[in-house]
Amino acid sequence: MNIYVLLKRTFDTEEKIDVSNGRIEDESAEFIINPYDEYAVEEAINQRDAHGGEVTVVTVGDEESEKQLRTALAMGADKAVLINTEDDLEDGDQYTTAKILHAFFAEKEADLILAGNVAIDEASGQVGPRLAEALGIPFVTTITSLKIEDNTVTIEKDVEGDVEIVETSLPLLVTCQQGLNEPRYPSLPGIMKAKKKPLEELEIDDLDLEEDDVEQKTKTIDIYLPPEKEAGRVLEGDVDEQVKELVSLLKNEKKVL
Amino acid sequence: MDFELSKEQLMVKKMVKEFADEVIQPRAIEIDKEAKFPVDIFEQMGELGLLGIPFPEEYGGAGADTLSYALAVEEIGRVCGSTGLSYAAAVSLGASPIYYFGTEEQKQNYLVPLAKGEALASFGLTEPNAGSDAGGTQTTAVEDGDDYVINGEKCFITNAGYAKFLIVTAITGKNEKGQNAISSIIVPADTKGITISSDYDKMGVRGSDTAEIVLNDVRVPKENLLGEAHKGFNQFLHTLDGGRISIAALGLGIAQGSLDRALSYAKERKQFGKPISSFQAIQFKLADMAMEVELARNMVHKAAWLKDNNKPFGKEAAYAKLYATETAFRNANQAIQIHGGYGYMREYEVERYLRDAKLLEIGEGTSEIQRMVIARQLGC
Repeated sequence: MNIYVLLKRTFDTEEKIDVSNGRIEDESAEFIINPYDEYAVEEAINQRDAHGGEVTVVTVGDEESEKQLRTALAMGADKAVLINTEDDLEDGDQYTTAKILHAFFAEKEADLILAGNVAIDEASGQVGPRLAEALGIPFVTTITSLKIEDNTVTIEKDVEGDVEIVETSLPLLVTCQQGLNEPRYPSLPGIMKAKKKPLEELEIDDLDLEEDDVEQKTKTIDIYLPPEKEAGRVLEGDVDEQVKELVSLLKNEKKVL
Repeated sequence: MDFELSKEQLMVKKMVKEFADEVIQPRAIEIDKEAKFPVDIFEQMGELGLLGIPFPEEYGGAGADTLSYALAVEEIGRVCGSTGLSYAAAVSLGASPIYYFGTEEQKQNYLVPLAKGEALASFGLTEPNAGSDAGGTQTTAVEDGDDYVINGEKCFITNAGYAKFLIVTAITGKNEKGQNAISSIIVPADTKGITISSDYDKMGVRGSDTAEIVLNDVRVPKENLLGEAHKGFNQFLHTLDGGRISIAALGLGIAQGSLDRALSYAKERKQFGKPISSFQAIQFKLADMAMEVELARNMVHKAAWLKDNNKPFGKEAAYAKLYATETAFRNANQAIQIHGGYGYMREYEVERYLRDAKLLEIGEGTSEIQRMVIARQLGC
C-alpha cells in the first residue's frame, strides 16, 4: 500500500510565543510536528506494518522543516519529501498548500493519504479536504479509528463527541483526530537510522507550478495574542450561598444566562 | 569551532525531554518517597534504545555518541535524580567496561542484552575499606583449576539488586613491585555464594537501587575474567573517567531543573504586591544559577566531545564532574531559598533536588578526588 502523510511544521502552542508587527517571532518559538499530524504519522506506520507498503511523509515548508520530517522518519516512516517554497513564495494559505500538494500527488498513486484534523497554528482544517476534492477521491475528517480490509475501509469519526461509523473505499484521504492512537517516541536506533533514509527536496518549479498558480486567496489582516487571563474569583460562604451568588453573577454581571 | 548540536543530537534531546516530562516527571515524587526502583520506566527506556545509546549497532546499541548520551542523562536528571543515576550507572559502569575491555564473546553474551535494555549490570568496585582509595580493595579471587573463587564484600553498588550480572574487582595476585594486582571479573548475580541486599536508607537518589554484595566462595570460570588479568586498576580508572561525564550530565540536569523551577516560581509568587522575580535579590540568584548552568553545560559537552573525538578527556571530565555537581548542589539550595517555606516541602520538589545533588559530590569520585585528578594533570 502506498501511504502518504501530510505533515506541517508548526510552533508549539504550549511554549512561549511572541508576536510583533502581526508576525510570530520565529526566534523565540519552539517548533514541532503539528500534534494532529503525529497521529497521522503513527497511523500510517501502523497501517503499513499491518498491510505492507511504504510510508512517505510530505511537507510544504522551508529548510527548517527538515527537522520535523527527520523526526517522522525516526518514528518509522520510510521516505520524506520536502517541498521547499522558501525562495519562491512570500506567503501562502490553505489554497496555496492544497494546490502545491495537488500538483505533487498528480503523478503519484496514493492508496491512503493521512493528514491532521487541523494544524494548531491556523486551525483551518482545509488542506486535507481541499486536496481530496482536487484529486477526486473520498475523504473523511476527524477519524478516531481506521480499519482496512481488502478495499473496504471502516472508519469511526468523531462528531462533536459522538461517533459516526463510515464505510468507504481506497484510495482515500483521512484527517486524524485525538484518540486515534498514541504516537510513539522516536527510538534511539530510529533516530540514528533516520539520517540514512531518503529525503527528497522539491521546489514548486519541479512540480511545473508558477508563483501565480499558487497565489494565496486570503489576506491576513492581523495576528495577535489572546488577552491575558485575569485572576479568578473565589466565592465564599456555604455551598447554597455560593450557588446563588454564582447564578446571579452569571445572569447580571456576565449576562450569559 | 561549532557549538551547534547535530540534527540527531537535537532529536535525541527532544525525544528524551518529552519522555522525561510525560513518563518520569509525574512519578518523581513517588519514586523518591517510596524509595522504589522504577523497573517499568527502565523497561520503556530499554525499548527506546536509551540503554544502548553509545554502543555500536552490532552490540545491540544505537551507535550514537557520548554527547547524545550526556544529553539523555541531563534530560532525565532534570526531572528525576534517582532515575538519572540508575541510568547513568547502568550505561557507564554496568555496560561500558564490557564494551571497552571485553572479548568479542563477552560482548555478545553480556553487552548485547544490556544495550538492548533487556538486563542491567552493576560495577562492584567500592568496598567498606576501599572508597576513594580503590587500590585498597580487599576482595580476593583465587585461581582454582579452571575457576576463580571470589571472597569479599562490596558496598554502595548502584543497581545491584536488579542486576543480572556484576563486574567485580578483586585481588588476583601481586605485580612486579609487590603491590596487590587487581582484576575485573564478570559474575552472574545468581551465582551460588552471592548475597545482595538493598537495605540502605538513603538521604537522596532514594529510588535508585543501592546494594551491598557479599561474596562467599563464589566460583566462576576463568573465561569470565574481563580483559587482561591484573589490569583492573587501569580498567576502573578508565571506566570512571567516562562515568564522570555522565555524572556531570546528571548534575547539569539537576542544576537546570532547579533553575527552571525557581524561575517559574519567582515569576508567579507575589510579595509586597509584585512577583518576587522583580526583586534584585532574587534576580541575582537566578542570574548566577543560569550562568552556572550554561558554564557546566559547556564543560560537559566539551568533555563528551573530546571523548567522541578520541582525544584525552580525563582532566575535562573531572572539571565537568566537579563543576556540574557542585553547581547542582548550589542551584538546588538557591531554588529552595527562592521558594521559601514551600521549598522545604516535598511537594515543590526542589528539596529533593538538593538531597539528590549531594550524592553527586560523593559518588564516582568525591569532589576532593576530582581536585586531585586535576592537580595531577597540572603536574603537581
